[in-house]
Amino acid sequence: MPDDPTSTEAVLSVRDLKVSFATRQGELRAVDGLSFDVGSKEVLGIVGESGSGKSVAMYSMLGLVRDSNVTISGSVKFEGREILGLGDKEMQSVRGGDVGMIFQDPMTALTPVYTVGWQIVEQIRAHTDLTKAQAKARAVELLGEVGIPNPQRRAGQFPHEFSGGMRQRVVIAMALSCNPRLLIADEPTTALDVTTQAQILDLMEKLQQSYGSSIVIITHDMGVIAEMADRVVVMYAGRPAEIGPELEVVRFPRHPYTWGLLGAVPRVDSKNTRLVTIPGVSVSPLDVPDGCAFAPRCEHRMAICDERPALLGDGEHVDACWLSDAQRVAIRSGSKTSGGRP
Amino acid sequence: MVSFIIRRLISAVLVLFAISVMVFLIFFATPGVDPAARIAGRSASPAVVAAVRASFGLNRPLPIRYLLMMEHLFIKRDLTSYVNPNTPVIPQILRAAPVTLSLVLGAALIWLLIGVLGGVVAAANRGKFIDPLIMFVGIAAVSVPAYWLGEVVNYFTQSRFHSSVFSWVPSSGYVSITTSPVQWALHLVFPWLTLAALYAGIYARVLRAELVNALNEDYVRTARAKGLSERRILVRHALRCSLVALVSLFGLDFGALIGGAALLTEVVMGLPGIGQLTYNALQSLDLPVIMGCVMYAAFFVVFANAVVDVLYALLDPRVRVA
Repeated sequence: MPDDPTSTEAVLSVRDLKVSFATRQGELRAVDGLSFDVGSKEVLGIVGESGSGKSVAMYSMLGLVRDSNVTISGSVKFEGREILGLGDKEMQSVRGGDVGMIFQDPMTALTPVYTVGWQIVEQIRAHTDLTKAQAKARAVELLGEVGIPNPQRRAGQFPHEFSGGMRQRVVIAMALSCNPRLLIADEPTTALDVTTQAQILDLMEKLQQSYGSSIVIITHDMGVIAEMADRVVVMYAGRPAEIGPELEVVRFPRHPYTWGLLGAVPRVDSKNTRLVTIPGVSVSPLDVPDGCAFAPRCEHRMAICDERPALLGDGEHVDACWLSDAQRVAIRSGSKTSGGRP
Repeated sequence: MVSFIIRRLISAVLVLFAISVMVFLIFFATPGVDPAARIAGRSASPAVVAAVRASFGLNRPLPIRYLLMMEHLFIKRDLTSYVNPNTPVIPQILRAAPVTLSLVLGAALIWLLIGVLGGVVAAANRGKFIDPLIMFVGIAAVSVPAYWLGEVVNYFTQSRFHSSVFSWVPSSGYVSITTSPVQWALHLVFPWLTLAALYAGIYARVLRAELVNALNEDYVRTARAKGLSERRILVRHALRCSLVALVSLFGLDFGALIGGAALLTEVVMGLPGIGQLTYNALQSLDLPVIMGCVMYAAFFVVFANAVVDVLYALLDPRVRVA
């Protein structure tokens, strides 16, 4: 890792986070040794397919995983303060106050029986000493900032009176309402149509600049990563496969799984060809191999892959794979099927 | 909102009209005993029977007979019971209604209080020991028939421990609230508890299920992410959204009970309410009383449902548009 754990710059510093669930079928390892830092005003993208543990990782560090069978270990420091295992009261002031959250499905993320203004005021009043009227004014101001026309009137309307994109704007306004230093966005555009996706991403970028929050954006969409992220964590089966600056990971991916992910992005200019997929199916989190989790699906599997590879690399760009640099160069120049952008 | 209420009331009136027509057709337009002879009484002279026939229009077309019957029932209020020719229908119902209203209103308060409390406590402590305990007590209360529970309660309060612990319990019966509010309440305490037990059990179980569903909703996760306290999430978000289901259930139960469905409790507890009146009328095929009771019951069921729909719209903004 580039930053040492005592770095004061990191807003969020996660070390060896492990989240597992005790189930009837055995131990389900949802997150297995995740470490990363989010710097001040940095946008970190966490990418991976469904079930790769990216959402669980973020939810568990904020105490939003309320399953009694869950075990969470490791260290999560927010601005230098350990937040894993905080008491309810302290955690409540972190959530919504220091850390704002944006969710995947704006259609269900708001309580249907209260006006959107009321719901924003509720959060502001939970974290500040503003009066009702002040909080109301702030809520209207926020709704205007996220691009909702006629915010004064819209604040008095119920969630069902908003379209999906507009609701996501409301959720964003709510997440920003207490000036959080960190914003966690869990697939914020997945449930929206394409034009709305672009608008929401633009809005988040604009607000990130004016509010100066750091952002962790969870997605399975490489396009979102390319648009937003400064750095990327590629996750597979609860483990980080590759971590590095966005440009490097997208242009010079090192891990075979990232090759597959990038290769699977459909291209507008190649009609009439089959969509590229990664062969095989994602491993069950109940049955993650002891060695490299991706090995069962990997074309370049070797005997040594039965041992778990460490995250290694040069400088900021690291990955967990046993392939040597020479092997990678040979594979990338020889093969076209396993993806990656040229 | 106002137009919603008005529309709802108009449709309620139409439903009541339709019910009155149906009831009339079933009881007085189907072949059977000659209504004139029954209304006139057992040993009435032919002249009296003829007068009754003319007064009720029994030789005239059905729509006129319907209108005259409603006039005698509601406006002149001189439609009498078949069994006791001197007792008109409406005053009997007006005497019985306060008894049933007292019983059901009091019981409803108790069961709402216990049901909501039980449901919330169980949902808040799901997975812990107290949750299955509350649910077990709930299912036990639901499973015990009202007449059995009533008899057991009577046995303990009226005979077994009447001379010791329960010496303050008056003998069964009803005392009007205008006569003595204290006696009214004392007479009704155990009937209230008996009737409320069943419904408290149902409501606690239904509410717990609704709450557990609501607590798994995305908006609850949002509420947690906002940094709200668990108590606030449970009460202001989950409970608030679960109330809709409870209100519709309450409307149906309340309407039916006021309409006479509290019969078992009334009989066991010796309360001369609507349930008993209907039951006795059915025993003696006292058609005018049955008709009166059915229409009275229909009124409360329809009215309760109209109130529920209005409450629905107040509780759930999504309903208001429709």
